[in-house]
Amino acid sequence: MISENRLKELREHVSRLDHPEEALVELMHEFQRAYGYLTDEAVEQAAGIAGVHPMKVEEVATFYNLIYRRPVGRKVIHVCDSISCWTVGMDDVFAHLKMRLGVEIGGTTGDGAFTLLPICCLGACHVAPSMLVGETLYGNLTPQKIDEILDKERT
Amino acid sequence: MFTPVLTKNFGLGHPASLKEYEASGGYQGLKKAVKLTPAEVTKLVLDSGLRGRGGAGFPTGRKWGLIEKDTPGPRYYVVNADEMEPGTFKDRLLMERDPHLLVEGIIIGGYATGTGHGYIFIRYEYTEAARALGQAIEEATAAGYLGENILGSGFSMDISVHRSAGRYECGEETALLNALEGKRANPRSKPPFPPVKGLWQRPTIINNVETVVNVGPIISGGPEAWKSLARDKEGAGVKLYGVSGRVKNPGLWELPIGTPLRELIEVHAGGMQDGYAFKACLPGGASTPLLTPDHLDVELDFDHVAKAGSRLGTGCVTVLDDSCCIVRAMVNLMVFFARESCGWCTPCRDGLPFVLDILRRIEDGSATFDDIAVMEENCDAIYSNTFCAFAPGAVGPVQSMMKLFRDEVEEHIKLGRCPLKDNGPGPWFRKSGSYTTDYGLGDLGPGIGGEDYSGPPS
Repeated sequence: MISENRLKELREHVSRLDHPEEALVELMHEFQRAYGYLTDEAVEQAAGIAGVHPMKVEEVATFYNLIYRRPVGRKVIHVCDSISCWTVGMDDVFAHLKMRLGVEIGGTTGDGAFTLLPICCLGACHVAPSMLVGETLYGNLTPQKIDEILDKERT
Repeated sequence: MFTPVLTKNFGLGHPASLKEYEASGGYQGLKKAVKLTPAEVTKLVLDSGLRGRGGAGFPTGRKWGLIEKDTPGPRYYVVNADEMEPGTFKDRLLMERDPHLLVEGIIIGGYATGTGHGYIFIRYEYTEAARALGQAIEEATAAGYLGENILGSGFSMDISVHRSAGRYECGEETALLNALEGKRANPRSKPPFPPVKGLWQRPTIINNVETVVNVGPIISGGPEAWKSLARDKEGAGVKLYGVSGRVKNPGLWELPIGTPLRELIEVHAGGMQDGYAFKACLPGGASTPLLTPDHLDVELDFDHVAKAGSRLGTGCVTVLDDSCCIVRAMVNLMVFFARESCGWCTPCRDGLPFVLDILRRIEDGSATFDDIAVMEENCDAIYSNTFCAFAPGAVGPVQSMMKLFRDEVEEHIKLGRCPLKDNGPGPWFRKSGSYTTDYGLGDLGPGIGGEDYSGPPS
């Protein structure tokens, strides 16, 4: 949930901007952090603060890879599926994660800890294969490392 | 002996602080710039021969000179830090290791173009870089390098960091402007070009991170000194080159622009891993056409790579080894492009999934020779019929595959399966390293920073 106090701060912050709608992406990130994903209620709230129609928020939200309009796990695992990681074992990273988590790509684990999604190049090709868990980047992945990372991040 | 210009502080292991940056000669360029007129600063950048490092290679000084100066009201200086080109990791390291280098470049660029508001448009995944930049902006403001009346010059500037939410199309400069305005990031029609009508319809300069970081060193050391660092006669300055794929030592190096592809792969990246051979490479990201072993002696500079049939792009090379089926590699690229297409133009939105479907059927052996012809026809049609450079970039590698690897593609049809499938993909192998938030940068070893570079091998 997002507190009344924080909402007031956000309204004040946006009112100081020359163009309130430029805060839209920032607002979506903020509400997503608070609710876990961008809920319908959050779409309405963000629209209210930025002074735009909720449909406009919807239009922008659905454009971005990292704004979730559906519930996700506490942490999203974004596995790089671009060319450099592919050359050094991306398929195996997905296979191992699917097996360990017991979900397909797009799925969320039963305990609500993780959602597994692909993402385009994370800009860490020198340490490929790589993935992002929440906001933490992990590179040079091996099956053993992935197991350790899952244990560490599950808490 | 080559002295690094951009990566001096890469060895610190943390983002260089203001003190560390100043100790390495930082902010000397800005101090010099504010004593010159904006036109003189622009002239120095023009004389240096600096060309845009985002991939297009447009002369930076010329771009600065295009800014519409007569319209009253705000003007903007936007840095494109939305590094999402697959295979590319140079801007991330620049911002994480030496954020002040970018901040100084922005202030000089702002001064030269009369743009008092700077934006750094950064992809959301670059958490560390965004944090380092925020810190650097605070330090620079406290030291009087940013804010009101910078160093007594009468010029004022502020910089804000815009954290995006992930979409490749945001890297297209006019789409980026729409994204900054809180709109869906579709590209805009050009002209008018951004230096005339950009952000909020105001004059705007958009430069890539690696372009901007060169500005400080150009002004402080002089354009001639910077220009003469190049390896090839036509070139100017230094370039960050990356190598990824199955090479022994993947990494990023600052080298004179025009360094040959062979030297980059065999010397700096340590050559191919044992048991693998070099088959092809994408010289500068997923949207640059393939180069083969025949092209290894190409000097990595804009015009030389163009002459070889590709583009320098970002200068970060993705190596495809002999365990990679070339069609499967194209499937991987096309999955990316079809997913990231913004959907604005029909040839791109509908054409790329169509090409992807044919590529998949070639790979699994169910396509016919007619399908290849249809795919080539479609690539040609997509290439020149869209609003922005996304679609031509997407079909470029496929077109180069048909030129350079036609036999391998046709073998899929003849055999009814992938000719490489018997061997299977190479085993999942990486050297061990730590996996904490330090995601293995230490593994880069002495390669990073260019300290190990002592001229071309004799």
